[in-house]
Amino acid sequence: MEPIKPTGCCGADAELHQETGEKTPSEQNEHNECNEQKEQKMKRVAWGIFGIALWFILYKQLLPFSHWFAYSLLGLAPGSHLGEAIQFFVYDTPKVMMLLLLIVFAVGIVRSFFTPEKTRSLLAGKREVTGNVMAAGLGIVTPFCSCSAVPLFIGFVQAGVPLGVTLSFLIAAPMVNEVALVLLYGLLGWKVAGLYLVTGLAVAIVSGWVIGRFNMESSIEDWVREIRAGEQPNMGMKLTWTDRIEQGKEAVRDIVGKVWPYVIAGIGVGATIHGYVPEDFMAAIMGKDAWWSVPGAVLVGIPMYSNAAGIVPIVEALLGKGAALGTVLAFMMSVIALSLPEMVILRKVLKPKLIGVFIAVVGGGILLTGFLFNLII
Amino acid sequence: MNIKICGPGCKKCEQATQAVREAVAEAGLEAEIEKISDFAEMAKLGVLSTPAVIVDGQVKCVGKAPSKKEILSWIA
Repeated sequence: MEPIKPTGCCGADAELHQETGEKTPSEQNEHNECNEQKEQKMKRVAWGIFGIALWFILYKQLLPFSHWFAYSLLGLAPGSHLGEAIQFFVYDTPKVMMLLLLIVFAVGIVRSFFTPEKTRSLLAGKREVTGNVMAAGLGIVTPFCSCSAVPLFIGFVQAGVPLGVTLSFLIAAPMVNEVALVLLYGLLGWKVAGLYLVTGLAVAIVSGWVIGRFNMESSIEDWVREIRAGEQPNMGMKLTWTDRIEQGKEAVRDIVGKVWPYVIAGIGVGATIHGYVPEDFMAAIMGKDAWWSVPGAVLVGIPMYSNAAGIVPIVEALLGKGAALGTVLAFMMSVIALSLPEMVILRKVLKPKLIGVFIAVVGGGILLTGFLFNLII
Repeated sequence: MNIKICGPGCKKCEQATQAVREAVAEAGLEAEIEKISDFAEMAKLGVLSTPAVIVDGQVKCVGKAPSKKEILSWIA
């Protein structure tokens, strides 16, 4: 671990002393605090175990509960349209919400171990291939708000992170996110979620690498290259577990608080469609045999902008009605990873030529993914 | 005292600004609060992620909206 200087910024350094057992003058005053902290730690572990156990017990009850609710309480016939739709809704809504709570909380804690500054220093001076792979992976776990994309881009380029590696990061960050994965897992199963994770990373890695081959550094806006980086602020934040758990909770408040209406609406639409739209409704236009549907889906997807929570229920409905998996994955990726608002933001630091190459390469990668899956599945 | 807040103006940046104003008022200090939304300016300050709070030229916090309590500990 690299030594981090506690600056007293966003955390206390009491835990550090507790772990190393070092005696410092200030620690004497904190002695009582340390004991309290130890006690707090034990309590926290106990609560954690209790919480996870409770989560699993509840989770296991969801399916029987939904059956009981639809078929016993409401007295609907199993197999009837309405009965199936209601059972589906009553099962899937709490299931997806519980998965979201758990995963978003866990990811929030994992992200507290990463900062854009740390990620940048990890990527600076990395060779291209290794750099692209690392950047895509770090794109998933590094917390950053989408409006930070520009300062982040500038900071990466200044620190000597190659352009292609920086772009791998910026492609992976929105495309592979925890909400998309939870929804895909909850609604379509772990295989689709796993495929999405792997292909999303692959598109980010390969696209970044390909753009790196074009040597387009001159297509970064001039003012960005002219900026002389200021003194690097010493942002050594020392986080305690209290802070990390707080960050996990904040992620839950922030993300789950924002996406829950989409999730419920989406599952509601999905539940209705299950019974009332013919099974092969989409097969003719988005089925395997319609090769042109893949480029069509990508072209439609690029100008569309939606977050993962809004798009996954649509994806589920399309799949359920006969659309091919490759076509649907391509659609989802192009909606999430390539969007007009994002291009407008990137245009501030990239010249039009590079924006064009960016869209072409990433779009091409998504297209290939779509064709590949339609071919092999 | 000079306090700069870096952020292009999303929700979190507004939160940060609000918290800074409240903290300054609570501490009863005379402080000049500056909002920086120019990316070149941010880069010169070495700010990678927003919102960021800078007190008298020293970067105190990046990538999150700090709480009023935290801000008070930097300015008091």
